[in-house]
Amino acid sequence: MGGIPVKFSAFALLKQALSGEAWPEQWRSPEPKPAYDVVIVGAGGHGLATAYYLAKEHGIRNVAVIEKGWLGGGNTGRNTTIIRSNYLWEESQKLYEHAVKLWEGLSQELNYNVMYSPRGVMMLAHTEHDIQSAKRHIHANRLGGIDNEWLTPEQAQEFCPILNIGRDIRYPILGAALQRRGGTARHDAVAWGYARAASALGVDIIQNCEVKGLRRAPSGAMTGVETTKGFIGARRIGVVAAGHTSVIMQMADVRMPLESYPLQALVSEPVKPVMPCVVMSNTIHAYMSQSDKGELVIGAGTDAYTSYSQTGGLHISAHTLDAICELFPVVRRMKMLRNWGGIVDVTPDRSPIIGKTPVEGLFVNCGWGTGGFKATPGSGNVFAWTLAKGEPHPINAPFSLDRFCTGRLIDEAAAAAVAH
Amino acid sequence: MLLIDCPYCGPRPELEFRYGGEAHIARAAEPAKVDDDNWTAFLFWRSNPKGLHFERWRHTSGCGRFFNSARDTVSDVIVKTYKAGEPKPDLNGYKAEAKP
Repeated sequence: MGGIPVKFSAFALLKQALSGEAWPEQWRSPEPKPAYDVVIVGAGGHGLATAYYLAKEHGIRNVAVIEKGWLGGGNTGRNTTIIRSNYLWEESQKLYEHAVKLWEGLSQELNYNVMYSPRGVMMLAHTEHDIQSAKRHIHANRLGGIDNEWLTPEQAQEFCPILNIGRDIRYPILGAALQRRGGTARHDAVAWGYARAASALGVDIIQNCEVKGLRRAPSGAMTGVETTKGFIGARRIGVVAAGHTSVIMQMADVRMPLESYPLQALVSEPVKPVMPCVVMSNTIHAYMSQSDKGELVIGAGTDAYTSYSQTGGLHISAHTLDAICELFPVVRRMKMLRNWGGIVDVTPDRSPIIGKTPVEGLFVNCGWGTGGFKATPGSGNVFAWTLAKGEPHPINAPFSLDRFCTGRLIDEAAAAAVAH
Repeated sequence: MLLIDCPYCGPRPELEFRYGGEAHIARAAEPAKVDDDNWTAFLFWRSNPKGLHFERWRHTSGCGRFFNSARDTVSDVIVKTYKAGEPKPDLNGYKAEAKP
């Protein structure tokens, strides 16, 4: 165990500012031990949250999180940070609402400001079908105890004043569904906060350590992982590798119902606050919010084809900007600063897979597709339970790998802000 | 954007095509005899390789025909396109190139 990091408080900030010393490192970077109780593959938000809850809620502290690149450098650092729980099916509502409830207290719990901001997520309707679909979601959410309400175009514009509700645009806005408790958080801070808290509880976070193979006993059970830093033994292994899950699972001859696609996002030059909420449009492939730095954060769609290239075609971003410029004419002359891609692992029913695999000791948390960030705390929380008990938590039990065999799919075709 | 060499029309921009998913997944000749595990594999399991991927495309805004391509999913380089119905080409000698 390597020391508890400084507890952040107003007093600590003042003391540090006056002392002029640099802040100490917030988590340890140890070399791997020969063996752990649990090894988690992938130090993104979901993997680090899993490690934190394993240590915090289940007392399993002899845990390593191994990461091919750097902590939070995959989809955790590439997404558009939207949080909401207004999903259609009861199973999904419970999963995402579990996450939202954890988001609400997360900064206090981690003693790290994750900048969770429930500023409201508004999803636009442009067609009669959109209206029916949005209202169906609203009623389903109301039955599930999740806030979601219908707004007229005028009410939508009142909630987001830069929205163009003119009737003469290509896809006029006919209304919107609003989840007021939805919002955003600071994605890097989520990874850093969980890493810091997990490290303080004894979890080893090992970066620049790529998995090269999964080692199994003659019985078939997991005995550890081969990595670029040597063999690390563990009887329980949790794969939380997002777009690379198929690659890792292949090492244990487990085939997955996953396809990996590049998903793009982009940010504008920073400006004064103009956007008080998150606006999403499934139909015309666009969503936007404003970061606290002032950049407009814009989410685009996935490419048509599977790829691991972490870029994506420029025409995908351009298509989204067409829609953004029509929805928000005020941004038409702004410059985009950066665009990038992340590799998302998409399941046939657009719901994640969290649970056991046919291999003893091998567990998987994947398939979050284009919308995993919002679930980070809930996903880690139920996956930690699954790793600790060897059985799924009631919340993630429906999200099993074998649902693709039994046919009990959880069809969330509208899981992301973009139509598929 | 990809430049895709349609076996019938020649190289055209990606916008003229629709992606058709992984190729060479054959439907069982006698579906009634297929068990749940094999239906699962047919319907849902995908190889999703990091490297060469054999996939279907349809030239929707051109000849309208389906064909297959072998593409490197790391660099997105299309190594070969070939007509539907032709066997999977032997590309064992292919070495991934760095993306230009």
